[in-house]
Amino acid sequence: MSRVFIALQDNENSRFIVEAISEDNPNAEVKHSPAMIRIEADDRLTIYRETVEEKLGRDWDTQELQIDMISIGGNVDEDDDSFTLYWNS
Amino acid sequence: MNAKTSKRLNMKDRYRIMTRDLAWEPSYQRHEDIFPQEDFEGIKIVDWSQWEDPFRLTMDNYWKFQAEKERKLYAIFDAVSQNNGQMNVSDPRYLNAVKLFITAVTPLEYNAYKGYARVGRQFGGVGARIACQMQSIDELRHTQTQIHAMSHYNKYFGGMHDFPHMFDRVWYLSVPKSFFEDASTAGPFEFLTAISFSFEYVLTNLLFLPFMSGAAYNGDMNTVTFGFSAQSDEARHMTLGLEIIKFILEQHEDNVPIVQKWLDKWLWRGYRLLSIVGMMMDYMLPNKVMSWAEAWEMYYEEAGGALFKELERYGIRPPKFAEQTVIGKNHVSHQTWFVFYQYGHATAFNTWIPTAKEMDWLSEKYPDTFDRLYRPRFELLAEKAAKGERFYNNTLPQLCQICQIPLAITEPDDDTMISHRDTVHEGERYHFCSDGCRDIFHNEPEKYVQAWLPVHQILQGNCGGADMEKVIGDYYRIEMGEDNLEFEGSPEQRRWKQWKQAV
Amino acid sequence: MSVEIKTTSIEPIRQTYGHTQRRFGDKPATRYQEASFDIQSTTNFHYRPLYDHQFELYDPDHTALKMCDWYAFSDPRQFYYGAWVANRDAMQKNAENSFSFFEKRNLGSRLSDEAKQLVIKTLLPLRHMEMGANMNNVGIAGDAYGTTISQAHMFHGMDRLATAQYLSRIGLLIDDTPGVVLAEAKQLWMEDPAWQGVRRYVEDSFVIKDWAELSVAQNLVFDGLLYPYLNDHLEAELDELGGGDIAILTDFMGDWFKDGTRFIDALFKTLAAESEANREQLNRWIQHWHERAVEALEPIVGKAGIASSQALLAKRLTKLGLDTDAVASHY
Repeated sequence: MSRVFIALQDNENSRFIVEAISEDNPNAEVKHSPAMIRIEADDRLTIYRETVEEKLGRDWDTQELQIDMISIGGNVDEDDDSFTLYWNS
Repeated sequence: MNAKTSKRLNMKDRYRIMTRDLAWEPSYQRHEDIFPQEDFEGIKIVDWSQWEDPFRLTMDNYWKFQAEKERKLYAIFDAVSQNNGQMNVSDPRYLNAVKLFITAVTPLEYNAYKGYARVGRQFGGVGARIACQMQSIDELRHTQTQIHAMSHYNKYFGGMHDFPHMFDRVWYLSVPKSFFEDASTAGPFEFLTAISFSFEYVLTNLLFLPFMSGAAYNGDMNTVTFGFSAQSDEARHMTLGLEIIKFILEQHEDNVPIVQKWLDKWLWRGYRLLSIVGMMMDYMLPNKVMSWAEAWEMYYEEAGGALFKELERYGIRPPKFAEQTVIGKNHVSHQTWFVFYQYGHATAFNTWIPTAKEMDWLSEKYPDTFDRLYRPRFELLAEKAAKGERFYNNTLPQLCQICQIPLAITEPDDDTMISHRDTVHEGERYHFCSDGCRDIFHNEPEKYVQAWLPVHQILQGNCGGADMEKVIGDYYRIEMGEDNLEFEGSPEQRRWKQWKQAV
Repeated sequence: MSVEIKTTSIEPIRQTYGHTQRRFGDKPATRYQEASFDIQSTTNFHYRPLYDHQFELYDPDHTALKMCDWYAFSDPRQFYYGAWVANRDAMQKNAENSFSFFEKRNLGSRLSDEAKQLVIKTLLPLRHMEMGANMNNVGIAGDAYGTTISQAHMFHGMDRLATAQYLSRIGLLIDDTPGVVLAEAKQLWMEDPAWQGVRRYVEDSFVIKDWAELSVAQNLVFDGLLYPYLNDHLEAELDELGGGDIAILTDFMGDWFKDGTRFIDALFKTLAAESEANREQLNRWIQHWHERAVEALEPIVGKAGIASSQALLAKRLTKLGLDTDAVASHY
């Protein structure tokens, strides 16, 4: 088991993304530090477009993550509907 | 005909058409003449089409996202310069971290820009080429946003005014310069292993997050903002780093030992380079974020641990000498600051003895080492300074042939002994700070005998003669009494006090 | 309100960086100046490149041209990264509007078969040429000495990737099954005798070692002959065949060519003005690559197309202080 993580800039947009992540990944751990939010999980973490759109109340492209994302740990798998971080080991 | 429903391709297929499908198998020139750098390192690529694109960004989206980042960023720069934002920093000593950044890090970003442009042309696989090209322009972005972020500070503080000139000449800046030039002069696969993987993936968090958080804790709006903004590109770069390593390893088993050797080399090289960041975190930030040892634990030992576990399946083991970094994390920042303190006449920033409160923080963060080894040293130096005998070391140190750091770091198993290794190559003796650095030399002696070692160059008269004042003032362009020396009583401190009365 | 009194006593100790000041004088500098001039390492390089032993890491000798000062070239657009990205974002938004307009109105279905064939035959294979132009310009960015020349080519290289991607989108938009016409066009690029001259030209350009020669071959000569044809003649031909709507999608290429030409012209004007030796060298390259480009392009753009492009190129070369003999001899 290894931890994957994503760190986002702490801003309005990220608040909703974090909400969506927490809803879809009940085991994810959210850590706040100045100007930055770090979300960790065991082995796997997925962000679903639909949930983020629901939270934001607008269309959202998974690639928009790139604006607010400041660091990641894990392999990336990205498509139109979701963005996943995972370790194989 | 219903165009709309039939034309919706998913992200992966669409991106394939926008990148992979643009390339073709040449027949009028040979592959090896078009991509002449692809073979000489011994890396075997069987099939470039196996490459996994780290991020599937087409140029239109790239511009859209990047323009949004840039708009936000430059709005902050404008606000800071319009409102004397420099006066919001916690303490004028803080600016010395910024001076170190623009002289030591910004030029590396430029080297990265050039390096990724080269590889972005040289790789035979179009997917990898385009990923490198995007990183190349990102690195140019980082260079230029940093120059613009510091532009305002440069108007009010010393030490930043001639950063490219200094980068090519000043003794301690040969540490980052030689590090990056080592990567840039290597083949394309080693360059990516060094910079994309070892540096960006494994170590970049240790460079950017401490500087950024340090800036946030010390009221430096420009640095926080460009730092975060740059870091949002970095997430893409990190993914490129992981993909390139997996790709090389999956292509051919013969690649494994080559990559392992590179991982050993570049982790050690990166670790030594980051001593400067460790010193910055522990000694130069008036409001502390976390200690260097804590940062190393969080970003290398934990995050790196997960990563190397992932790579085990390919037959990769954790980098050689990694255990020495775990011991060294409790020493390196103190030893490095001590070096800069004693050579503070030859630095483009001010140096100082930590305050009593700061020393207490260091004791708390380094319970096994600070009070035993470093506090007594700094207290003695403080006493001397109080008597008007501020200590400057006027001798020239022995530098390590590889990392170019003065031999001032202790043995892994004896923290009272300076670590010193040497070897004889073609009749010449070469000196090293560690087993790690000596190993690197032994693997490629013909490369490292070329190193431009600042101390050797001074002694050979190549830096403007034997007079150190001339070397520092004329050759380095460090303005004597303005940019360098002790912080207490410096013009920087004096001006700050005057300005503070004005706001 | 006491704002103005308090700030007056905080006086800057300098106006800009030392290297910027030495070049432009002691006054506040523009963002382009601070970001672009004298920031690249010039000396005390540690190791010779393993892939290129005869050169330093950054070496002016990657071209036969000589300059006293490689920063004599200044991009008239003053593009540093931020300015370039902002400009291209605006262009991208325009293009996006055009593409969605075209898609929404289903204009692809209104194209005559003849017009569609012309797009496949003449326009779509160029996405591969644009990929080549991307490689060439990025390669120049790696080799060229000094930031102003390097970054302008880098931006240009990424612009060319974008052009390749927009052309691909045109292929998707006019297709019934996505990817079919693009495959057809790629086959032409690979095998059609009419396209082999261009493909050979592009592949031969990949092995040009001198970056300035490469920029001549790609940006000055080849593009100088091709783009005027695309922007003027092809549009008219499509219009005649009932494919005028395609112009909505190719419009951006005209704007970009105009924009790129600004920096290409300024670059060669500066390089030629430096010395007679540079001028002669540039003329020799132009002559050589012009001959090859004409031969390569004629089957695609026709004699009339070449002739009018040659006239435009000759006009540009005169302005740049370069010979027009080579170019003139053909029309």
